Amino acid sequence: MSTLKEVGAVAPAARRPAPEPQRPAKKGRAWDEAPRWQIYLPLGIYLLFTLIPFYWILLFALRPAGSTSLVPWPMTFDHFEKVWTDRSFGTYFQNSVLVGVATLVMTTLIALAGGYALARFNFKIKRAFMLGLLCSQFVPGALLLVPLFEIFAELQLINSLGSVILAETVFQLPLSMILISNFIKNVPYSLEEAAWVDGCNRMTAFRIVVLPLLRPGLIAVGSFAFVHSWNHFLFALMFLNNQDRQTIPVGLNTLMSADSVDLGALAAGGIIAAVPVIVVFAFIQKWLITGFSAGAVKG
Amino acid sequence: MAQAAAVAKPPAPPRRRRASATPRKLPYLLIAPAALLMLGFIAYPVLSVFYYSLQDYNPTKPWRNGYAGFDNFVHAFTEDPLFWDTLVFSAQWVVVEVGLQLLFGLALALIVNQTFVGRGLGRALVFSPWAVSGVLTSAIWVLLYNSQTGITRYLADMGIGSYGTSWLSDPSTVFPAAIVADLWRGVPFFAILILADLQSVSKDLYEAAEVDGASRLKQFWHITLPHLKDAIILSTLLRAVWEFNNVDLLYTLTGGGPAGETTTLPLYIANTSVDAHNFGYASALTTVAFVILLFCSTVYLRLSKFGGEDK
Repeated sequence: MSTLKEVGAVAPAARRPAPEPQRPAKKGRAWDEAPRWQIYLPLGIYLLFTLIPFYWILLFALRPAGSTSLVPWPMTFDHFEKVWTDRSFGTYFQNSVLVGVATLVMTTLIALAGGYALARFNFKIKRAFMLGLLCSQFVPGALLLVPLFEIFAELQLINSLGSVILAETVFQLPLSMILISNFIKNVPYSLEEAAWVDGCNRMTAFRIVVLPLLRPGLIAVGSFAFVHSWNHFLFALMFLNNQDRQTIPVGLNTLMSADSVDLGALAAGGIIAAVPVIVVFAFIQKWLITGFSAGAVKG
Repeated sequence: MAQAAAVAKPPAPPRRRRASATPRKLPYLLIAPAALLMLGFIAYPVLSVFYYSLQDYNPTKPWRNGYAGFDNFVHAFTEDPLFWDTLVFSAQWVVVEVGLQLLFGLALALIVNQTFVGRGLGRALVFSPWAVSGVLTSAIWVLLYNSQTGITRYLADMGIGSYGTSWLSDPSTVFPAAIVADLWRGVPFFAILILADLQSVSKDLYEAAEVDGASRLKQFWHITLPHLKDAIILSTLLRAVWEFNNVDLLYTLTGGGPAGETTTLPLYIANTSVDAHNFGYASALTTVAFVILLFCSTVYLRLSKFGGEDK
């Protein structure tokens, strides 16, 4: 009996050192040699800074109004109900989804076409066009509100989600196009040429050969466009006046700028605003690093 | 393989010509949508801002509209103390934010680039505020800084500070309070970009350095940092421009207050055009902001010798 137990007790202990032999093999990466506490201690401290604000908003959203408890118990979903129906976050949510998805689709398609041209062709105005893309990075949308407002008024798009979608797409385009053209440059041209030899036309060759290889890049660019337009506030604030057309960030701002802020409603609204973005983020997190390192700005 | 490719090549040229039947027009067609959108919604508005900057233009006072020459600019530089205040605050805001974000972002990237148990989860959690919007960041920190039920109350319970402090409405604490809120969201941006760039450092270099007996600090100084240089220059520049231009956070967190204490130049411009309807003056201020951005960016890229070593 006792021997059996001893064996059982020894087994996990014996298993534990098993990863050890791997370490010398990896020894080449000197950074791996950092003592564990030098990783966990600063990481832990930083995680506290990151997570306490998240916990705080959860706390306010889930505990009853007026409670000062530091744990969300008893738990209530009253704030969510109130915000979703009374404060029209249901409508805002729909509008934001519409804006986000439309911006994502338009940005990705237009940037894909332009990025392909930049990656694969030499044409006369290419340099000028590239320069325009780079310069546009310095143009703040916030400073163009007035002329943009006048343009959209001319186009009868004030109070229509179309204005916000257009504006978000336009300001998302330059960086997306540069990134996508770098991704395309990383796909060897000879692959496409081989497909042409096999009888594909340019479009089919692109679809069969290049597009699948662009997946991480497109996911990074597309999710960028979605998250940005989901989060962006000023265009919606300026171009949409009717309450039933507004987006989530505008709704949050309205809650915040009220004379007496309903903290529970604000917290619940904030969580509604955060959920889609966090879902997208969790999904793309892995692609983000590879997408960035592949399309690194220096290309 | 090489032979096969060589054999296969000769028939390729005529096919290639057919495959790209419209080689002249195709690239123009492909960039047309992007070019048109950007001409219409970026280039044209920029030009109209330049135009308005020389005009008196206020829809609520149409009788005064008309050509103003450089009056708007003269007014900004000589008669408007608010302009100078906001300019100084913008500089403070950008320098402190970008500096601290880079510092923490770099440290964070180096940490999560190590191999350790729980790395995936650690990365995801640490990066998560990146996706949070300016308005939501404001909402979260309004809850945290709230004088009745915010973090100060619980700190006061523990004997730190006093009850009823509101960091956002006290001129002496509003700057650090806003800085911390924006750091919370801004650090992950640098961490993600730097981590991405760290993936491409050749491991051979570290091996060689280790053989030569270089300490980890020396390896960082002589291998990692030079490798990251261009990425750091570019990301700090982009971030500085972004921090300068972005008004979401300050607009919703402090509204530029208390007493205009946290008004950046773009926030001032937004107020001038949106609230005061003084489009002409706002356009002149916008032009000044453009020129400052362009000048600072050029100087920065020159001084930092961006990309210089490759050439």
